[in-house]
Amino acid sequence: MIRIAELACGPEYSGIQKEIERAAEKVGAKIVYPEVSLEDILNVEKKFGVKVASGDLNLAMARAVRIIENPDLADAVIVMTCFRCAEAAIIRSEIRKFIHEKSRLPVLSYSFTERTTAETLFTRMEALVTTVKFRGLLARESQKGLTAGIDSGSTTTKSVVMKNNQVIGTGWVPTIEVIQSAEDAYDAALSAAGVNRADIQGLGVTGYGRFLVGKHFDAKLVQEEITVNAKGAVFLANAQKGSATVIDIGGMDNKAIAVHDGIPGGFTMGGICAGASGRFLELTARRLGIDITDLGKLALKGNYENVSMNSYCIVFGTQSLVNSLSMGCKPEDVAMAACHSVAEQVYEQQLQEVEVKEPVIMVGGTSLIEGLPKAMESLLNINVIVPRYAQFVGAVGASLLVSGLLEG
Amino acid sequence: MAKVIVYPLTSTILADLVERMGHESLVIPTEVRKKIISTSIDSPPLNITPDDPKKGLKWAAVDVPSGVRGRMAIIGPLIEAAEAAIIIDDPGCLTGCSGCNRANELVRLLIKTKGIPVLEMNYPEDENEARGFVRKIKIFLEGLK
Repeated sequence: MIRIAELACGPEYSGIQKEIERAAEKVGAKIVYPEVSLEDILNVEKKFGVKVASGDLNLAMARAVRIIENPDLADAVIVMTCFRCAEAAIIRSEIRKFIHEKSRLPVLSYSFTERTTAETLFTRMEALVTTVKFRGLLARESQKGLTAGIDSGSTTTKSVVMKNNQVIGTGWVPTIEVIQSAEDAYDAALSAAGVNRADIQGLGVTGYGRFLVGKHFDAKLVQEEITVNAKGAVFLANAQKGSATVIDIGGMDNKAIAVHDGIPGGFTMGGICAGASGRFLELTARRLGIDITDLGKLALKGNYENVSMNSYCIVFGTQSLVNSLSMGCKPEDVAMAACHSVAEQVYEQQLQEVEVKEPVIMVGGTSLIEGLPKAMESLLNINVIVPRYAQFVGAVGASLLVSGLLEG
Repeated sequence: MAKVIVYPLTSTILADLVERMGHESLVIPTEVRKKIISTSIDSPPLNITPDDPKKGLKWAAVDVPSGVRGRMAIIGPLIEAAEAAIIIDDPGCLTGCSGCNRANELVRLLIKTKGIPVLEMNYPEDENEARGFVRKIKIFLEGLK
């Protein structure tokens, strides 16, 4: 059983400890609490570098030190503190860095409220477990044989067919009815590749609808989108060796993943509001009366500084959008401001929670909205790579990984 | 007999002194015990559910961390019931451990602004100070009778 060490402050008094344990149990893992002595806590500053006023945070730091000194105590780590606590936010980030720098244990960092449920934590825990359990599979660098992948996303369903390390067919449809959309995307990919369904040696499935779709197709691989997208991204960007950072701004949530040798080391998944996701860009395109596929090109002609836009909340973001247009702002400036606002929130809320190392790879459908990677580049001051087939990243990752299950 | 809240709220030393002097001590362990023995085990180990942080909204706003509000759901009623208080400044975790310092700050503030008799002192560092510490508490508690 995979042991996930919980380094936390506040979950018992927030009433969510049971949810954490339930999520772990659901993915076949067990939450463990590394034992520390009173002396370890009193002397935490000597080994960790700081002590704070809150006893539970000192305990969490002492446990982090204990894990580094005794790596056999856990297989993965979750660092969890209350949302909106400044003291905890600082220490949560420092613990994550501490573990990341001094070990190869995968780390999940999360700030919770009393509304955090096992379901919220499930995909994140699943990714931690996958990273530990299927390290060998995740280390796979090339696709072999004839395999396919389906990414059943919240907004769109994508599918690819791959043969001998090449994408030979793709399919992309809006997600309406989950199974039918998967059927349509898969058929489109098969047709583009010119192969029959019966010829496919292995099918991998990921995304929100993965369990339903996986069962329907009797898929060989059903895996969460964090490890799959990370794998797909480094494969497509030819960045499988060394460090990389993957950013996937999705229709419903965003992922920021620090990858090393193709395996996620730390990641965050979430987003405060739809204002920080692809949904806001869809809404912007609709309000500007253009197709979403034209939004990026329009944005590249604009300047975000000419428009006051803050999409921290999608409602207020929409208000900014309407106000700016009614004040006569140019559509191209509004388009770029929307891209900048989304990128800024991902930068502020999620990229602070992972180690950003080059190359930075943007994937998912939103990466094709050219203004978005450009906005991210200006915020990070780093060149952002958008690989070919970036919008099919999950399907490519699933197709690549499932080929690893065909051997032996 | 007075209801005396002690700070830190997990201090068994202070609770014991209060009880020995014939008063009722208001401390967290008693309240947590009630939660564990009076209801089904909803959320071990403390049996605090997501409803508790919502109850804590009476003492702390929604933008206060949930861990503080969950604690306030337990501590808030104790402060409301308190007729006197003993506060140890800079107690350290050996006096009685409370994990969240934001909750500690709010609790101290609410006790001090309630308008009840409060004995505030530092934790003793040697035997002489310890004797004086107990003597002062004894005099304070006797004055409440």
